[in-house]
Amino acid sequence: MQIAQDDLRRMLRLMHTIRSFELTAQTLFREGLAVGQFLGALHSYEGEEAVAVGVCAHLRDDDCVFSSHRGHGHSIAKGADVRAMMAELLGRESGISRGRGGSMHMFAPEIGLMGGNGIVGGGTPLALGPAFAAQYRGTDQVSVCFFGDGAASQGVFHECLNLASLWKLPVIYVCENNLWAATTPICDGWPVADLAPRAESFGMAGVAVDGNDLLAVYEAAGEAVGRAREGVGPTLIEAKTYRHRPHCMVIPEHRPEDELADWHARDPIARLEGHLLREGAISDVELADLVTEVEAELQAAADFARESASPDAATFADYLWA
Amino acid sequence: MRNVTYIRALNEAIAEEMKRDEAVFVIGEDVADCGGVFGVTAGMMKRFGRERVRQTPISEAAFTGLAVGAAMAGLRPICEIMYVDFATTCMDQILNQAAKLRYMSGGQVTVPLVIRTQQGGGTCEAAQHSQNLEAIFAHVPGMKVAMPSTPYDAKGLLKSAIRDHNPVIFLEHKLLYETKGEMPREEYLVPLGEADVKREGTDVTVVATSLMVLRALEAAETLAGEVSIEVIDLRTLVPLDFEAIAASVRKTGRLVVAQEAWTSGGFGGEIVRRVCEECFDALVAPPKVVGSADVPMPFSPGLEQAVLPDADAIVDAVRAVA
Ligand SMILES: Cc1ncc(C[n+]2csc(CCOP(=O)(O)OP(=O)(O)O)c2C)c(N)n1
Repeated sequence: MQIAQDDLRRMLRLMHTIRSFELTAQTLFREGLAVGQFLGALHSYEGEEAVAVGVCAHLRDDDCVFSSHRGHGHSIAKGADVRAMMAELLGRESGISRGRGGSMHMFAPEIGLMGGNGIVGGGTPLALGPAFAAQYRGTDQVSVCFFGDGAASQGVFHECLNLASLWKLPVIYVCENNLWAATTPICDGWPVADLAPRAESFGMAGVAVDGNDLLAVYEAAGEAVGRAREGVGPTLIEAKTYRHRPHCMVIPEHRPEDELADWHARDPIARLEGHLLREGAISDVELADLVTEVEAELQAAADFARESASPDAATFADYLWA
Repeated sequence: MRNVTYIRALNEAIAEEMKRDEAVFVIGEDVADCGGVFGVTAGMMKRFGRERVRQTPISEAAFTGLAVGAAMAGLRPICEIMYVDFATTCMDQILNQAAKLRYMSGGQVTVPLVIRTQQGGGTCEAAQHSQNLEAIFAHVPGMKVAMPSTPYDAKGLLKSAIRDHNPVIFLEHKLLYETKGEMPREEYLVPLGEADVKREGTDVTVVATSLMVLRALEAAETLAGEVSIEVIDLRTLVPLDFEAIAASVRKTGRLVVAQEAWTSGGFGGEIVRRVCEECFDALVAPPKVVGSADVPMPFSPGLEQAVLPDADAIVDAVRAVA
């Protein structure tokens, strides 16, 4: 598949934005702790950037994304404003969910971001909805659900594959198989090594990709989105990847050191950079500039968040009813 | 006497009962390798082995259902659901199955099951990780419901729950885990269905559960010399020790119920109903329920604190009825 160099550079930038967002978020979290403020759960997407970016590159604002507890990357890849996201982490009124949702509940329906989820597997059935709506209206939007290997063990996920395939819904299920669910290794979660082949038993397309290879994810997602838009039906994509950090900020690292080192060596950002440098699609100087710009953008976002006002406590009942 | 944490108390209760009875086993997510995300089953895997400390995939419906069925087959499962919020994904197993099997079978089947979970707000974890759902479980006949407020009660009640022949939902509070309390070295049990007077008083009865017992005791200190409060810790909602409530209300003539759950439709309203029906003549002021504001839990710390009831809210309610 030919990908325009501009597109690749744009995707690289998004991947850097996600990584930089996570690092900045961790700083904010620690700043909070230092003054006795615990800012809830924070799940880093570092290491998995190629998945969100490679998939969302094919989506329009009117296509929907349902994210997980580890959702910052999906939100950024779908086009969310990092300033509003950062403000959300601090619970500010200027936050992407007006400070009511926090890290796990970032919503921006105007760009098709239908929120993270605190319930593992919670997004899987919801993602059927916009796919159904497109089919119902005869339009060509698609719906994407990102979820982890752990979520694939939820019963509801299997109900979703069955229904999606039965009704040929334009939905794409993207499993981020990072080999761990909190402290549980995948061998204690699945009796088999792969998810993708299970799609066949539901009569739908299933494909496994190297989730740390942006180009591979981009290609697989392109086909899946194309199939969905044409009304051919759903696809299950299993992206094999790895999170660089422990499950969340308060759970210590449980994974073997050699496994961590192995996956760090397959870092998706370094990999795409290597590719672009080899192809002459970007120079060292341009790359350095890109990183500097992104970091400045995230610093500005952090400042925006810190300076933003918290919601007025008297407004706690706002937004309950439509 | 020793001073131990609530976590330690629960841990001891489980270990003692596993030692006492081979039929007792632990099942749930992340319970083996890290001893549960809150550390309640820490050390169990080492001591009792993986056969009796079963770490599951993220499949609440499957493993809770398994626990119900294992109880029908004569085992005594202690099933851990990480957050009460996640119990909503296996309500069929709890409310349609576990709670009804004995009755539907005409008393032929027993379900000696403990479901341990934790609930409550105060940690900025937003709407899907902060709920208090005891009223749902208490509403459905066939479930016993325990809500210990101290390490002493936690240990004694959990041991009784494990020995009980009925399904018990055991609701811990995430903010109580690190609290400490006195505990004898010798073995003891706290029976299900016996309230405890945590502070004697003469002017106003405050009925409380879980973390709100601590808040009620704070309120009693604040009001010492002004209003004499009797704090009744229900310890279990089902069975309900209504006699303890009635005896106190007959003495004071005034009632405040303090719960962290939403004010409307909660168990506090149920206590007020019973008191009105059975002790109306003793009341000299309308009873009051102190609870959370009726909204999903907001993420933003200031909003969260505005939604949660604190000791001051109890002080205000007591003054209003005194
Ligand atoms: C229904 C439910 N069960 C358990 C949890 C607690 N929990 C949050 S994230 C997580 C692990 C999820 O693993 P996976 O789906 O593989 O996603 P990853 O964290 O690896 O991205 C668990 C057990 C939850 N939030 N919801």
